[in-house]
Amino acid sequence: MLNERVAQFRGQTERFLAGELGESEFLPLRLQNGLYIQRLAPMLRVAVPYGLYNTAQLRKLAHIARHYDKGYIHVSTRQNFQLNWPRLEDVPDILEELATVDMHAIQTSGNCIRNTTTDQYAGVAIDEIEDPRPWCELIRQWSTFHPEFALLPRKFKVAVCATEEDRAAFKFHDIGVELIHNDEGHTRFHIHVGGGLGRTPVISQLIKRDLHWQHLITYLEAVLRVYNQLGRRDNKYKARIKILVKAMGAEAFAARVDQEWQKIKDDDNTLSEDAVNRVQAFFAPPNYEVLDDSSCNRELASQRLESNDFGRWLDKNVQPHQKDGYAIVNLALKPTGIAPGDITDLQMEAVADLADEYSGGLLRNTHQQNIVLADVKKTDLFALWQRCDELKLATPNLGYLSDPICCPGGDYCALANAKSIPIAEAIQRQFDDLDYLYDLGPIDLNISGCMNACGHHHVGHIGILGVDKKGREFYQISLGGNMGREAAIAKILGPSFGPEEVPTVIEKVLDVFVKHRHPEEQFIDTYRRVGIAPFKEYVYA
Amino acid sequence: MPDLSELSQSSELSKPSNLIKDNQIVDNDWQIIAKDADSSDVKFSIDDASGQLLLPLALWLEHAEQLKNSKTIGVWLDSDESPEPLETLCESIPVIAVNFPVFADGRGYSYARTLRDYYNYSGDLRAIGDVLHDQMYFYKRCGFSSYLIREDANAEKALAGLNDFSADYQAGSDESKPIFHKR
Repeated sequence: MLNERVAQFRGQTERFLAGELGESEFLPLRLQNGLYIQRLAPMLRVAVPYGLYNTAQLRKLAHIARHYDKGYIHVSTRQNFQLNWPRLEDVPDILEELATVDMHAIQTSGNCIRNTTTDQYAGVAIDEIEDPRPWCELIRQWSTFHPEFALLPRKFKVAVCATEEDRAAFKFHDIGVELIHNDEGHTRFHIHVGGGLGRTPVISQLIKRDLHWQHLITYLEAVLRVYNQLGRRDNKYKARIKILVKAMGAEAFAARVDQEWQKIKDDDNTLSEDAVNRVQAFFAPPNYEVLDDSSCNRELASQRLESNDFGRWLDKNVQPHQKDGYAIVNLALKPTGIAPGDITDLQMEAVADLADEYSGGLLRNTHQQNIVLADVKKTDLFALWQRCDELKLATPNLGYLSDPICCPGGDYCALANAKSIPIAEAIQRQFDDLDYLYDLGPIDLNISGCMNACGHHHVGHIGILGVDKKGREFYQISLGGNMGREAAIAKILGPSFGPEEVPTVIEKVLDVFVKHRHPEEQFIDTYRRVGIAPFKEYVYA
Repeated sequence: MPDLSELSQSSELSKPSNLIKDNQIVDNDWQIIAKDADSSDVKFSIDDASGQLLLPLALWLEHAEQLKNSKTIGVWLDSDESPEPLETLCESIPVIAVNFPVFADGRGYSYARTLRDYYNYSGDLRAIGDVLHDQMYFYKRCGFSSYLIREDANAEKALAGLNDFSADYQAGSDESKPIFHKR
């Protein structure tokens, strides 16, 4: 199937280069194969279903980055990889190389159903109700090459959340699938519709409670069928499902979906226990060793004494695991001076070696643009940390101010109004004292170079949006966004600032926080308690 | 009132013959009547043997009772016209065409599935308008049975596009079962 798709796209590219296929006709075709034309070069987005991949795939990407690109690759906020400098005529070859390791760029762009995302710690998170990946995979299978939904009014994104803490930002997706267990312990879904970021950030609305798992696909199909027919097509900025849901009202929209759903509820797309079991078997846990957790922890405690830096890394970049004696490790792709989320060919190969050695040969990309090794034995942590440190992948800043989400911005992207990477770097330089950052506590800093909000600035505790004013770059600061279950859209602080002022403004914002903060209180909680006024007052004083 | 023979010479109603049906290129015997045509523009009767016509939806509905059993008059839907009014009327319509004014307007795919899956329409379902090679696989899987390829495009290549892919991932309006039910 993948090779057929490569052959199809090779033909399409040849027709385009030969002038047989017009730019406007080629555009949706290349987009459906993940190919954008950017400011300086095309950009190819490679799909990583629910962020999960293996070391053979990572080594292939390293080879592609070296061979067809400038030696590095970018981890996106939707858990995919992006190549920023491929040549159009090389793209069919790149796709062919990807196909040899079962990778592709299908439906990573264009007005179709995109990659389904979920918790980066799926299957190993301690607050998990159930592994969401089999459900993501079922959605992926249903949505791949969907003949009816290849040319929707606009792009369409689905996220699945199956944890207490929401790490999938499901309330900001076109469809958020929230997995629950009912009182009898049976799997059910709450379906949320119409969330999104972009120009008009909207928190989704719950339109269906307690959907039986067997109806997941038919229900999604009903939502899409309504959207495909009724979504606006006259204005691309009003074409997302969030606008339709708002215009109709959530109740009327839900009723219309239900009407459609009743007709297809028990058709061939209905899930069977067999089908679900088969897919769940793909995600069966690896053969964990039986380890004594307390003896592992004792060893870690003594290693902490040996190295302060190791202790910091352990506290900040390592997460608890479902299995005794195991841990989840985040490799940080945000050292100061590197575009957030970028990784070089050599780093990729080294990371592949680490994953083979310490984590069963599997890796995950995170929404925060880092990489996760999900199954590391606690007894290996010290050795792994040393290797990560050498590779500059051990900055212990996960979730802190110097670990921003950041789009490629005006340095790469044709849509951007302003650069975002240098702003991230300036802030990282200003706040390079880790003790101060730890003292401030976790703060989500999200930076977008334009209204399209690829850096998710609306949902950062602190958001920064690049805007263009008469050809000059300015930055609008917003506060109080949140992407978890307590979803909130940030409020704009006030008039925008020049690029050189941004770090100082952030510093002032933090000063206000520190002044009003209760002991141990997090930034977002202080903000919720005191509101935006004291921040506004001080910053614009 | 112009009669049919005059109308058929106007450019608007020319008969392109880039039609694919049953896996081959065939002559197109169906003439598409413009959307803004009304009863005064077109003369027809249910047993009119002089030509086969596809009427715009509004005009067809105006004469639905008379036309619903016609063998020579079909109907076409524009991309902003839901097939809903045809629910109880479509059973014997020989051809229903769905227009794609631009190929990126994908509403017609849902209309096709509605006609096939909900209304059990079993006649010829035809994609017309900006119909191109690259969408053939999608048309077919949504239940279209004939394809009027855009006049300046190559119908031979489009025909090959019907077989771009050998496997399907999900149930459609064709025979396929979802991949999750297969081993």
